[in-house]
Amino acid sequence: MARHETDVAILGAGPIGLFAVFELGLLDLKAHLVDILDRPGGQCTELYPEKPIYDIPGLPIVTGQELTDRLMEQIKPFGATFHFGEMASALTKLDDGRWMLTTDAGTEIVAPVVVIAAGAGSFVPKRPPIAGIEAYEGTSVHYAVRKMEAFRDKNVLIAGGGDSALDWTLNLAPIAKSLTLVHHRDGFRAAQHSVNQMRELVAAGKVKFEIASVKALHGENGQLKSVTLAGADKKEWTHACDMFLPFFGLTIKLGPIADFGLNLHENLIPVDTEKFESSTHGIFAIGDINTYAGKLKLILSGFHEAALMAQAAFHIVKPNEKLRFQYTTSSSNLQKKLGVTA
Amino acid sequence: MKIIATDRVGAEHVLDGRDGWSVMEILRDAGLPITAECGGACACATCHVYVDEEWLGKLSPKSDAETDMLDMALAVEANSRLSCQITCSDALDGLKVTIAPE
Ligand SMILES: Cc1cc2nc3c(=O)[nH]c(=O)nc-3n(C[C@H](O)[C@H](O)[C@H](O)COP(=O)(O)OP(=O)(O)OC[C@H]3O[C@@H](n4cnc5c(N)ncnc54)[C@H](O)[C@@H]3O)c2cc1C
Ligand code: FES
Repeated sequence: MARHETDVAILGAGPIGLFAVFELGLLDLKAHLVDILDRPGGQCTELYPEKPIYDIPGLPIVTGQELTDRLMEQIKPFGATFHFGEMASALTKLDDGRWMLTTDAGTEIVAPVVVIAAGAGSFVPKRPPIAGIEAYEGTSVHYAVRKMEAFRDKNVLIAGGGDSALDWTLNLAPIAKSLTLVHHRDGFRAAQHSVNQMRELVAAGKVKFEIASVKALHGENGQLKSVTLAGADKKEWTHACDMFLPFFGLTIKLGPIADFGLNLHENLIPVDTEKFESSTHGIFAIGDINTYAGKLKLILSGFHEAALMAQAAFHIVKPNEKLRFQYTTSSSNLQKKLGVTA
Repeated sequence: MKIIATDRVGAEHVLDGRDGWSVMEILRDAGLPITAECGGACACATCHVYVDEEWLGKLSPKSDAETDMLDMALAVEANSRLSCQITCSDALDGLKVTIAPE
């Protein structure tokens, strides 16, 4: 549990949350960012790190990962604090008028301004459409491995064909009582050396591989006892296991923002186009999460929104100071902040 | 061309396909519950559909990228495809697809 006081709390470290750090920084405003992912970049690094983007002004071609790396470089002088791997779970107004953004890890960020740069919401693991799976989550069904010890001497079932499925097959096989990997085909979207290692374990009888999918779960009180598997020929059989790890990547769900008490329109936050503030004073929304007449979900639009938001945020954080409009090219003051003065 | 799409509660929708557009775009623009998180970049597997057996052979075969991305889809079957990777054309008039569960 840690409490931080700052000027601006930013929810989301996608490209727009990152650029907001820059625009706020030029105005001497400090920021803390929260993201459920374990690294910056949002959609750019999670969905298309290797794909080229062609419509960033001044960068004829840049991949999702490169754009993120460059933004991180650009905002470095402003020393923002990142809280990765944490879900922003609640937003409350304090008696002194400031806001408190709380995360599921117990982090509390107190600031007069909150910027929601949450994209389409948070990235969460895909949940297989198997009836009653919720009842086993956290006990027998896990979408990530937090403590490997929890799988010692267990009969583990892993589903999926990507790097997570393969990596955890290799890591858990030595400590599990038994380990079975199920995938719908005999091919994998994973690093070749992991696939080779997995096949060696199968050949040595240490891992079982089935071309199948999980159709049903059986057990009681959250404790899994067996699953029904179905092969390519639709034939079904029962497989005994007590831990099930489905690895099908991430998907985007709006998540806790829905319960922040903000005005939402079809899962988006309506804002004005002068300040990009929501209908709640002090809460701004920029990037893919906001909506207004003519909105385009483009990175370029989000950057513009960040710049205007920062001007308005300044007046809230420093109500008695006058905002001076300056260019980075000619202002020695701004250049000092950027650490580029000769 | 027409696309006959079955949604997750079993209701059938007859949609007008547009030459050169992806089936995902037609489903999405018709307001059917297809997530298509990546907007058709073959990067999310949330535009997963089952293609009616009689149409399966008439589609252009899956690219390696689509086969790989289907590994991230849920409840994959032999007739699974990513709808953003199927392009509408007159040859596919009457194409029948079912939106996969999520
Ligand atoms: C395949 C693809 C190609 C694209 N190509 C282009 C292009 O060429 N040009 C262009 O301009 N745009 C493109 N886009 C769109 C662009 O990526 C988005 O507009 C951009 O990522 C939006 O940035 P953002 O910071 O608003 O949100 P996001 O990138 O979605 O980031 C939001 C972040 O907030 C986090 N978050 C949300 N809720 C919470 C919570 N409660 N707690 C913790 N964290 C939370 C999420 O985990 C996420 O990391 C493309 C998108 C895709 C998918
Ligand atoms: S829309 Fe993302 S893979 Fe088809």
